Amino acid sequence: MSLVFAGIMSHGPGMRARADRADPAVRDPFFATLERLRERLEEARPDALMVVAAEHFANFFMNNMPAYCIGMAEDYEGPIEDPGWLRIPRRTIPGNADLSRRIIRKVMDRADVAYAEEWKFDHGIMVPLSFLTPRFDLPVIPANINCQGPPLTPLGRAYEFGRAVRGACDALPERIALIGTGGISHWPATPNSGKINVDWDREFLARWTRNDRKALTSYTDEETLRDAGQGGFEIRTLVAVAGACEGSTGELWFCEPIPIFATSGFAAVMNLAQETAAKAA
Amino acid sequence: MSLYALQKLLYELNRDPRVQEQFVADRDALLARFRLTGEEADAIRNDDIGMLYILGVNGQILMHFAAWRGLAWDEYIQAMKDALTKHGQVRGGIYAAVDGGEGGAL
Repeated sequence: MSLVFAGIMSHGPGMRARADRADPAVRDPFFATLERLRERLEEARPDALMVVAAEHFANFFMNNMPAYCIGMAEDYEGPIEDPGWLRIPRRTIPGNADLSRRIIRKVMDRADVAYAEEWKFDHGIMVPLSFLTPRFDLPVIPANINCQGPPLTPLGRAYEFGRAVRGACDALPERIALIGTGGISHWPATPNSGKINVDWDREFLARWTRNDRKALTSYTDEETLRDAGQGGFEIRTLVAVAGACEGSTGELWFCEPIPIFATSGFAAVMNLAQETAAKAA
Repeated sequence: MSLYALQKLLYELNRDPRVQEQFVADRDALLARFRLTGEEADAIRNDDIGMLYILGVNGQILMHFAAWRGLAWDEYIQAMKDALTKHGQVRGGIYAAVDGGEGGAL
């Protein structure tokens, strides 16, 4: 079939681990927006959810670091963190090895990607799933972009990776949903955790909703580090989703700083119907 | 500095209960498996989360080690702030403090 849903959202562990400490005036509307995102996802009736994440040394380390990797397992376990710390119980999440294999084969037509038949989910995937598929019953295809151990893949390549994922979705009969998760500006796990550059966040999301490829991929890592912190390197996951939706524009549903979550809470979707309409015309 | 080896030890520790068991049973035997400087080994030996931060351990690795060693979130952030005052700026990696370590969401 094709891509039936594409969105992005934040994934900070604090969204679960420290939810009780967030200002309810911001937290409650943010979580309500994520409910809306879940409903939009369900309305799309996906057969599987591909999560483009920026993992944090749960599976990959600098001894053998893939720039891009897609999971190819029957199922996955998560969270790898202490469930008491993250406040998400440990469980098995279904995958779809056959679908993964067919996606990976197609992605390889356009982009180089590693695959993994073992993968433990960390907060980067578990937190979004806990909001979007709270019963953890939709098969997941995890994808990872290295955003932690430089050298990092250039943003232009992340956009191309998204285009390659789209090529795979278009070639397969399944209905596939795509969610990109990562922080925008943030300085997590530093003494400055909670610092947020909201102007930078809004500018990035404006580029994302316009799906302005040139503007999205023009940040240098030096600029990102200066203005958005090392956590800002995770925009690669969001840029990849834009790449998968080239030709569509999006809608920003929420973006407000929530310091105890270490980032802005945000959610946005791409309007894939526009693209279909444009093709039909 | 052998930041790579130091982070590898913590990466293995974070994800493997058997390594955690060895850490508890015989920390020096575990340390001997990794080529660490004396300063790095001491930081692990003393559960010195602040010093591990200064030595450049990636925050996504250190955050979970700190939690496993019993530091609550605010204690973990404070340990980094205190170490920054005592030892100065982070010496490696990409998790350097900004604004002199001020601010944050304590």
